[in-house]
Amino acid sequence: MKKLINSPETVVADALAGLAAAHPELAVDAAARVVRRARPGAPGKTALVSGGGSGHEPLHVGFVGPGMLDAACPGEVFTSPVPDQVLAAARAVDTGGGVLFVVKNYTGDVMNFALAAELAAEEGIEVATVLVDDDVAVQDSTFTAGRRGTGATLVVEKAAGALAELGAPLAEVAALGRRVNAASRSYAVALTAATVPAVGRPGFELPEDEIEAGVGIHGEPGRRREPLRPARELAAEVVDTVLADHGLAPGDEVIALVNGMGATPLLELYVVFGEVADRLADAEVRIARSLVGNYVTSLDMAGFSLTLTRADAELLRLWDAPVATPALTWC
Amino acid sequence: MELDTARTEAWLRAAAAAVTAREAELTALDTAIGDGDHGSNLRRGFTAVLAGLDAEKAGGTAAADRSPGILLAAAGRTLISTVGGASGPLYGSALRAAGRALPGASAGPDEVAAALGEALGAVRSLGGAQPGDKTMVDAWAPAAATFAEAAGQGLAAASAAAAAAAEQGARATLPLVARKGRASYLGPRSAGHLDPGAVSTALLFAALAEACRER
Repeated sequence: MKKLINSPETVVADALAGLAAAHPELAVDAAARVVRRARPGAPGKTALVSGGGSGHEPLHVGFVGPGMLDAACPGEVFTSPVPDQVLAAARAVDTGGGVLFVVKNYTGDVMNFALAAELAAEEGIEVATVLVDDDVAVQDSTFTAGRRGTGATLVVEKAAGALAELGAPLAEVAALGRRVNAASRSYAVALTAATVPAVGRPGFELPEDEIEAGVGIHGEPGRRREPLRPARELAAEVVDTVLADHGLAPGDEVIALVNGMGATPLLELYVVFGEVADRLADAEVRIARSLVGNYVTSLDMAGFSLTLTRADAELLRLWDAPVATPALTWC
Repeated sequence: MELDTARTEAWLRAAAAAVTAREAELTALDTAIGDGDHGSNLRRGFTAVLAGLDAEKAGGTAAADRSPGILLAAAGRTLISTVGGASGPLYGSALRAAGRALPGASAGPDEVAAALGEALGAVRSLGGAQPGDKTMVDAWAPAAATFAEAAGQGLAAASAAAAAAAEQGARATLPLVARKGRASYLGPRSAGHLDPGAVSTALLFAALAEACRER
């Protein structure tokens, strides 16, 4: 294992110290493991709190700031945060308007946020939860923990964050978040596995000429192993897989996110995006907005995910609204 | 023999020692069908439980405030606050439920059986798993049931029987296909591997048997 770390035990704490040093506009509570805006939201604003295992940066800590999250709770690498963290975050950012938890659908995240929601409710903090489950690789959700939350998390956090900034009440922001999740589908392919620092070895073995199609953001296995092929063919397969599940019709508009898994260069991500755009054009699906880069990563995994969110006027307005976070900024 | 403060503390300390000694094995099991952090997460949690026990001792906490129920509930809260993932809330809620069911200064075998039943109930209501889903329930359920059946033979015998049942339940997860948790994403590919949570549950019951052995 070759990593820029001091020790596997301190990697999350050390990264949070770096985040604090780099971003004075964030308040990093190292003891509570909560990252929030240094300048709190307006009184009564619906507050957004998200969190999850570390190792997916910039998700979630890089999305804290005006127009997006009010606070994020980073857990250990690939391990959900504990209820104490989430409760501390909720306490810190609630200004009377209640708190929306954006939770990716993993057993641990769901349990820890649910316990935190109970504790917050006991303290009189109003909480609503949006569960993100956009990964079409999980097909049989009756006999599994359900679809995983991946790239759509960014779209949910961006749109819901924008609506909250406009003063919408908690119930409305939660409804919007659920609508965005329902309008989103994702699918990912891995070229290599991620190495968790505390483990020291890649999470799975993949031969030089094979990919894992449908991989999860913690290296969960996908639908199948496939031979590595040119980007055009891989992109076409990924687009077709998402479209087959999505039910998009010719003429529909989408927000398209081509997301790097951590170790794939932007050069390659743009190659992929070009192929994705061609394939969507063939299907007569129009790309209304696009985003290319490393946003929902899996440590040092190579590969990419595609997220397509069906867009309408309201969603595009919220997508275009100003945002100022370490990882996503426009005005 | 009753489950008193000394045996409860010995149980928690033995569990911590077992989790620490078997960390690599738990992590290897979890790497096969999960995300490879079960061993390190439980070690972190039980290390914090040990620190809590040591701090209480050093602080000279009154005996009445160190009843079995209070020790178990405190350990449960510590696990919820330090482990993360699914195993933190599950083990934490289990120990808290067991702790709530043990209000006295010590508990007889029937009371312990009831407490273990409460713990299993907490695991099942939080995780929603059924026996056969390839989860810790596959070790908890037979262990709790066996303890209740053997309670008439005394604490030591019931604990030993429960530990054997938990071990057998954990081994029986080998051919199962996971239907809960991260392993469920593997579908049929999860068969042929032990469930890490069931194995760590067996460690917890082995620790109980060790703490309650006739000396």
